[in-house]
Amino acid sequence: MADVVLEQGRPARAASPSRRASLRNTLQRKSTVAFFLALPLILLIAMLVLYPAFYSLYLATLNKAMTKFVGLSNFTFLFKRETFWMVVKQSCIFAITAVVFKALIGFIVAHFVHNIPARGQRKWRGMLLVPWVIPPAMSTLAWLWLFDPSYSAFNYTLSFFGVGPIPWLGDTFWARFAVILVNVWYGAPFFLIMYLAALKSVPDQLYEAAAIDGANWWQKMWYVTLPMMRNIIAITTLFSLIVTFANFDIVRILTSGGPLDTTHLFATWAFQVGIQSSDIPLGACVSLFMVPILAVAAIFILRDVSKRGNEA
Amino acid sequence: MSTLAIDKAGPSRKVKLGSMSRDRAWALRWSYFFLVLFAIFFLTPPVYMLITSLKSSAEISAATNPWWVFHPTLSNYVELLTSNQFLRFFWNSSIISITVVIVTMMISIPAAFALARMKFWGSATLATGVFLTYLIPDSLLFIPLFKMLAVVQDLTGITLLNRWYVLVFIYPTLTVPFCTWIMIGYFASIPKELDEAALIDGASWLQTLTRIFIPVALPGLIAATIFAFTVSWAQFLYPLVFTTSVDQLVLPVGITTTLIKGDVFNWGQIMTGALLGAAPPLIIYAFLMDYYIAGLTAGATKG
Repeated sequence: MADVVLEQGRPARAASPSRRASLRNTLQRKSTVAFFLALPLILLIAMLVLYPAFYSLYLATLNKAMTKFVGLSNFTFLFKRETFWMVVKQSCIFAITAVVFKALIGFIVAHFVHNIPARGQRKWRGMLLVPWVIPPAMSTLAWLWLFDPSYSAFNYTLSFFGVGPIPWLGDTFWARFAVILVNVWYGAPFFLIMYLAALKSVPDQLYEAAAIDGANWWQKMWYVTLPMMRNIIAITTLFSLIVTFANFDIVRILTSGGPLDTTHLFATWAFQVGIQSSDIPLGACVSLFMVPILAVAAIFILRDVSKRGNEA
Repeated sequence: MSTLAIDKAGPSRKVKLGSMSRDRAWALRWSYFFLVLFAIFFLTPPVYMLITSLKSSAEISAATNPWWVFHPTLSNYVELLTSNQFLRFFWNSSIISITVVIVTMMISIPAAFALARMKFWGSATLATGVFLTYLIPDSLLFIPLFKMLAVVQDLTGITLLNRWYVLVFIYPTLTVPFCTWIMIGYFASIPKELDEAALIDGASWLQTLTRIFIPVALPGLIAATIFAFTVSWAQFLYPLVFTTSVDQLVLPVGITTTLIKGDVFNWGQIMTGALLGAAPPLIIYAFLMDYYIAGLTAGATKG
């Protein structure tokens, strides 16, 4: 039976060989196959990233009940609010301070790890990378408990040094300090690992040549290490700037923006306005203010990445 | 004349070497000293989680030394691991993360293969686009996505909000771009001769992918898998926005919202929950640290 079917199929196929072949060719052509392989990715990005991004622009022009187009009045409303400017200021303070400290600590610790004999490095690296591995929502809970107003382990320890109880999360200055500290704690290991990889890629001959030329430690750092690491430092810093600027978990859990909204970032304030107070257009509007910063950082990163691509 | 020069060079060279090794010894000591300090800074919160998780509520509220456990007890663990709520969160988190890892791999491996090896119209733009997508943070998209889900729900009658499975569709937006990006890197590093030989031998593109690319790029694949798992396990914002009822929550949201009852913080249980929630990524990392780090440093990642 099967043979008969096959026999019947054969002449049928032969009847229009060119059409079938061309269809099969098209389907097997490299670019077509490649397109189909990449199609799920394209669909995912288009539907769940690009579309929402533009949809958010549209949402930002609606009134609170989302029934009427109101143009830019959401934006002008924000400009008149003091909280908005506080959020702008705090987001910048938070992102810049945190990134600077993360980069510094990462750089320093990477050198220490690089200094010690290779055998012990794996162990130290593993230990120092732990903050990066724990989900930030979980570790921030631990910090919240360390900062607890009445049972604060920090205040208990400080009391031995005669330093009075510090209202870690109740005072604007200390609350800002706390969210930055937690962010630095969480993000520094990432810098550490990136810088360590960069340090390892610097050829030893360069240091030997510098040593023969009589360079001291500082000169080796300035003329060998830093130029060799420049690209990695730039990319890592810009990346971290984006992520830190858009941070949500840490501030949400630690302070929820308090005291008096002074620790709100764009993300947490957008959440409070858009989801908790269910003013979706205004929330969309707030989060859109992150776009210019992200765009600038992205342009710089892309430039560096393409440069890296050309070198390779 | 020449002997004199050698005589002069001899001792001065020796002294210099001696001071260098002494310098190195001191540099080593200082390095260890500061590494210990930084390790204390980095490990204090997780260790404190562990300490608190072993305490009873009575000991937590007593004003004793918070850094030590005087009467260790496992009651927090027993209570959490026998409570349906916590197990539910854990189950939700596991199911979501594992599904997301599978979905991510199914999307990003073929796409990375196509982008690394088979140039097609717009492939360079797409590669850059993937990278840019990775830079768009979740905190920019949660509001439009929330609204989109609500609209789709109204139009089709399918409940999307407050359902854990919607997260399985949303999380790949966070994991796929990065995984594709590092897979492109790994695939591009495979010598062209390998797949050209396979194609000449009559292998199809799919066979080339499964027989050559996936086995050779396995370390990159593992790195991407770990990354996808860690990201989905740790995600906090999307579940916080898209799910509300207790049986739909994932671990991070569940612990932060349900274990805090009003103003009463049951710290023993919160810390136990946080530690158990941190355990899976920590365990994976303990065994596969090198792959994870390779993945982190292959493409630059979020920090």
